[in-house]
Amino acid sequence: MLASWFAASFSAAAQPPPQLLPARMQMAFTLGTHIILACLGVAFPLVVLIANWYALRKDDPVALLLAKRWSKVMAVVFAVGAVTGTVLSFEMGLLWPRMLGQFGDVFGFPFAVEGIFFFLEAIFIAIYIYGWKRLSPKVHLWTAVPVVIAGIGGTVSVVAANAWMNHPAGFTMTPSGELTNVDPMAAMFNAGTGYQGLHMLLAAYMVTGFLVASVYAVGWMKGRKDRYHRLGFVIPFAIAAICTPIQIIVGDTAARQVFSKQPTKFAAMELVWKTGPNQPEYIGGILNEETGEVTGAIAIPGLNSILAGFSVNTVVQGLSEVPPEDRPPANVVHLAFDTMVGLGSLLLLLSGWFGFVYWRKRDLPKSKLFWLLAAASGVMAITAMEAGWIVTEVGRQPWIVYGIMRTEEAVTDAEGVWISFGVFVTLYAVVALGTVVVLRGMSRRWRETSDLDDIEDTDVPYGPRHAHEPHESEPG
Amino acid sequence: MTAEIVAAVLWTGVTAYAIFGGADFGAGFWDLFAGGSQKGAAPRELMDEAIGPVWEANHTWLIFDLVVLWTAFSEVFASVMTTLYVPLTLAAIGIVLRGSGFAFRRVTKQLAGRRLFGATFALSSVVTPFFLGAVLGAIASGRVPLGQHGDPITSWVNPTAFLTGFLAVATCAYLAAVFMVHEAHRNERGLERYFEVRAIGASIGAGLLALVGIYVLSNDAPFLFEGLTNEALPFVIVSAICGLATLAMLWKGMIRGTRVLAVLAVAAIIWAWGVAQHPYLLPGEITIQQAAGAEATMVALLVVFALAAVFVVPSLIWLYRLADEDRLEATEG
Repeated sequence: MLASWFAASFSAAAQPPPQLLPARMQMAFTLGTHIILACLGVAFPLVVLIANWYALRKDDPVALLLAKRWSKVMAVVFAVGAVTGTVLSFEMGLLWPRMLGQFGDVFGFPFAVEGIFFFLEAIFIAIYIYGWKRLSPKVHLWTAVPVVIAGIGGTVSVVAANAWMNHPAGFTMTPSGELTNVDPMAAMFNAGTGYQGLHMLLAAYMVTGFLVASVYAVGWMKGRKDRYHRLGFVIPFAIAAICTPIQIIVGDTAARQVFSKQPTKFAAMELVWKTGPNQPEYIGGILNEETGEVTGAIAIPGLNSILAGFSVNTVVQGLSEVPPEDRPPANVVHLAFDTMVGLGSLLLLLSGWFGFVYWRKRDLPKSKLFWLLAAASGVMAITAMEAGWIVTEVGRQPWIVYGIMRTEEAVTDAEGVWISFGVFVTLYAVVALGTVVVLRGMSRRWRETSDLDDIEDTDVPYGPRHAHEPHESEPG
Repeated sequence: MTAEIVAAVLWTGVTAYAIFGGADFGAGFWDLFAGGSQKGAAPRELMDEAIGPVWEANHTWLIFDLVVLWTAFSEVFASVMTTLYVPLTLAAIGIVLRGSGFAFRRVTKQLAGRRLFGATFALSSVVTPFFLGAVLGAIASGRVPLGQHGDPITSWVNPTAFLTGFLAVATCAYLAAVFMVHEAHRNERGLERYFEVRAIGASIGAGLLALVGIYVLSNDAPFLFEGLTNEALPFVIVSAICGLATLAMLWKGMIRGTRVLAVLAVAAIIWAWGVAQHPYLLPGEITIQQAAGAEATMVALLVVFALAAVFVVPSLIWLYRLADEDRLEATEG
């Protein structure tokens, strides 16, 4: 009896409801903003933990100062990330009530697990951030460990919910729209959870590592070539550089999973029009969605088939296989995919460059080009990650639950979604501005303060002692 | 049976948010009325120190409550969200402004910036609990129809929802003031009386609102009123006794035990509401049993709750103890 409303909503409307567009835009905008903060919330603790551990092990005051300052930046970012994340849990119901009403007890479970991880993260990050002065150094260092673990667990759980939308599992649907045989574990550990979770986790470490490192790369280029900037660059950059090659392998595996499980998305990513073997790999290019012609692309014969199934004979399903109303906007998906892969490859080269020079010379690269690219690496990593989300989300359209529920069937009937979209854009712009202003204020203050007159920092046993070499400080 | 247990855990989550999140919101309330930057500096600083390490963890209860509601009682969640989208959107905006305002003020040194961020934090701390309280009032008075759209305006612009909205604000202020009396006592900065006066004021305000509530509910929400005066009456009485006892003790300048009594007063009223509308989740529309999701999901949720009890609760207790022993403090921004 309860399902009548939801079952009724299943008869697809002829015209998409007017609130679909603003609802999608609001979701994309708020999620796209939150994901950057979430990456920092998940991965920054590891960067800080490593700096703190190194500082204690080597009795290194510079590393300790970095760890302390980074933890303060982390505090601000985590706070903003916590509230923008809360907005998303409201929006799940405010914008997509019918998906939640229909499938809440199937795919809600990973969110509940994520809630517990987030709880642990919020508790221990508070203990770590506020525990610098009064906890013993060892205990304090250890309080960062649960933060790192909870961040990993939380990422995998919440991505599992998204993976479920791509690979719905853990239920059977009767023709009337009732769900039976609900199995929350099967929903959580669906076919996409493994690769999507790992892909996102590595992306979080790359975004954070490259972003933090790029701040110090800018300082380095401005001539602040001291130990503070060297460490501030090397610790996060090394983390990101280690993750990048692994990410390329995971991403490649992910693409093959998409090929086998979500053929339409794969066809859009690669601009495949007609089903068949020996598909070329298009780099760039625009598909004419009437004629199926691709123009302006660099085409590498057979490579797409080889990448999908290790052979030119691999048959790849084309977009023309599905009716037009069931196709995603292929060009958006394809260009986003190329952006992600292109930037990922560039970051791989940059990581290799850093690794090679460090291996041969035990020193940082001298080339100006390296530092220019390193300074841009944070923005590149963020762009690649956002492009990746466009691939997976736009590529799934018109479905919100792949093959089962259309996005227009899930959307709210509420009026005024355009207004709420406008309000959230304004709100987030203000919050973003505030974040930049306060972080810059902190960095300016730190640059003006040399450690020696930083009384508050020196009068406690566990705080940065005097630096052995004079240095200027750049934002952390 | 599992549905009832999950509902009880959900109610516990709501209670925890009302108490811990409520005290945080209340700190913003007193921040708003603390006066100019000279006069209000000392109490603001003390409140800042008190909630700084704990507000994010406290706030997580809200996420917990939302997630449990949508996983265990999906249709109810969808119905609440489709009818009450206006106050819920406003609450979400308030939460963003409050959290970022607070975090930004902590690390800002210039007076102008501190004032701007502080005002944002304080104002949204008052507005947000009002809307959340109004949402509860709308649900409790049976204005959320199942699976349809209740009126987006009159569902929450009505006597009961406004009563619960104001009551939520008063409760937050009350809890914060009582907690701050302890904080001030421990820190010996001479602010004890300052917060005692405010705690007394807030408890009188909340008490008066509760009296007005008897009249409002008997007219506007007869089903809820009926429940509160019958099955839930013991809870209402416990709440009243605890509230009056806190008031009397604060009046006499006694501090020990007031925190526990104030918490009990608030918890009892949340449970009174739950018992009053039991077995309904949406009064007159759907019971807990009918609203429950698949059994497998309910069982899985219970397992998650057990894990949370093992991992989260001890961690939370450790956090609060560290905060209470002054072993958590911010270093300079």
